[in-house]
Amino acid sequence: MPVTIRHRALLSPRSLKDALRLRHEEPDAMPLAGCTDIYVALNFGTLPARGFLNLWTLDALRGIDVLDGVVRIGALTTYTALIQSPIVARHLPMLVAASREVGGPQIQHRGTIGGNVANASPAGDTLPVLAVAQAVVELHSVRGLRLVPFTDFYTGYRTSAAAPDELIVALHVPTPQGRQWFRKVGTRAAQAISKIVIAGVGGRQPRIAFGSVAPTVVRLPQTERVLASGGTILEAQQQMQSEISPIDDVRSTAAYRRQVAANLLDEFWRATGPGSARAARGR
Amino acid sequence: MRFTLNGKRTRVDVHPLARLLDVLREELHLTGTKEGCGEGECGACTVLIDGHPVNACLVPAAHAEGAEVTTIEGLRAHPLQHAFVEHGGAQCGICTPGMILAAVALGPKPSRKAMQAGLAGNLCRCTGYSAIYRSIEKARPARKRKRR
Ligand SMILES: Cc1cc2nc3c(=O)[nH]c(=O)nc-3n(C[C@H](O)[C@H](O)[C@H](O)COP(=O)(O)OP(=O)(O)OC[C@H]3O[C@@H](n4cnc5c(N)ncnc54)[C@H](O)[C@@H]3O)c2cc1C
Ligand code: FES
Ligand code: FES
Repeated sequence: MPVTIRHRALLSPRSLKDALRLRHEEPDAMPLAGCTDIYVALNFGTLPARGFLNLWTLDALRGIDVLDGVVRIGALTTYTALIQSPIVARHLPMLVAASREVGGPQIQHRGTIGGNVANASPAGDTLPVLAVAQAVVELHSVRGLRLVPFTDFYTGYRTSAAAPDELIVALHVPTPQGRQWFRKVGTRAAQAISKIVIAGVGGRQPRIAFGSVAPTVVRLPQTERVLASGGTILEAQQQMQSEISPIDDVRSTAAYRRQVAANLLDEFWRATGPGSARAARGR
Repeated sequence: MRFTLNGKRTRVDVHPLARLLDVLREELHLTGTKEGCGEGECGACTVLIDGHPVNACLVPAAHAEGAEVTTIEGLRAHPLQHAFVEHGGAQCGICTPGMILAAVALGPKPSRKAMQAGLAGNLCRCTGYSAIYRSIEKARPARKRKRR
């Protein structure tokens, strides 16, 4: 067998309650969702985990519903389910756009939004969407339920506010007021991890978040303020440079990312700001 | 694990973390499913789970439990298979089983755009893709005839 699984164990809980108890007793057992991140690492031989906790069968972590404009998305919701959901299409078109750009169909059928969030890569495509929508992460443990604002969830590069025995059960995503905008720049349309990714909500109080330009996904509050107070795009672009800290890595360079981030900000504001064609038509 | 493989109820004794790819190839000796990259990039290992294309290199056996799995061996004289042979959709053939299964999942008469999106997770180093798209287009009439 090419992959070393012989000495690894799989815990298979039958309910969320069961899973939380196992998570508490064996916090080192890594939760398994769609496995599109985990099995890459496992096949590569770079995964230290000895044990795993199977979430895939837990239907309590599936489902999409909406209450008072807040969309609740179960952690195990796949990209395909997000793309096909009428609720998501209506309230969060930018999340549909982001999901369509993740991997190819095979990845979209298995990869989950909870896995994208928990994996905590700064390049995760749904993360800027969750950041601009001011989402809230629903965490469960044997101690109960905890709600953490998404923008407080990451504490540094690939670290989060989740306790070792917590599971992500759902994401609560309020429908933003204003036009939603998403753009990903990668090597090719499919299968490519972002070189840089942006989600934005337009209007008088714009909200902007970037991925792949800092150790975590970032909101740009100062840049947003410049635009909200009627500053020029040039002023906003200059402000933005102090709010991002891209690096050179395998996918791109810091200089490229700074330039493309500035261009994307311009494109976003042309499409959604007060000077946009839509605004001019009085919408 | 128990699952339905190509329409037949199947039971096989494997580690729950074994890759579905290895279960198919090593345990069940169905070697039509290929391994290219082993990391979700190439789609050579594509199989259908409950009708949806997935990468068998990224699916643990435990996640196929109770599911319906279709491999290339499960398609018998499918019009797409003939079309790939006739219209140059296959050259070296390593990507072909995965390509055909991903194409099957698109249903009859996919548009060019649907093909491009639907096969975006399948890499081919030989054909340049046009011959693959052509093969899928040419498979249409035969598929229609079969459904009658
Ligand atoms: C070929 C390929 C292309 C890809 N393209 C993209 C892309 O374009 N954009 C992108 O953002 N990503 C991409 N990815 C990465 C991956 O598909 C996503 O990050 C996906 O959302 C991960 O979800 P999963 O369910 O497969 O997670 P898994 O692999 O099952 O888990 C990932 C991590 O999250 C943890 N975890 C999962 N669920 C929970 C939970 N509910 N609670 C707590 N912890 C949990 C796991 O323990 C693990 O640490 C790609 C991957 C591949 C192989
Ligand atoms: S071998 Fe599975 S995607 Fe390449
Ligand atoms: S025919 Fe050789 S890779 Fe596609």
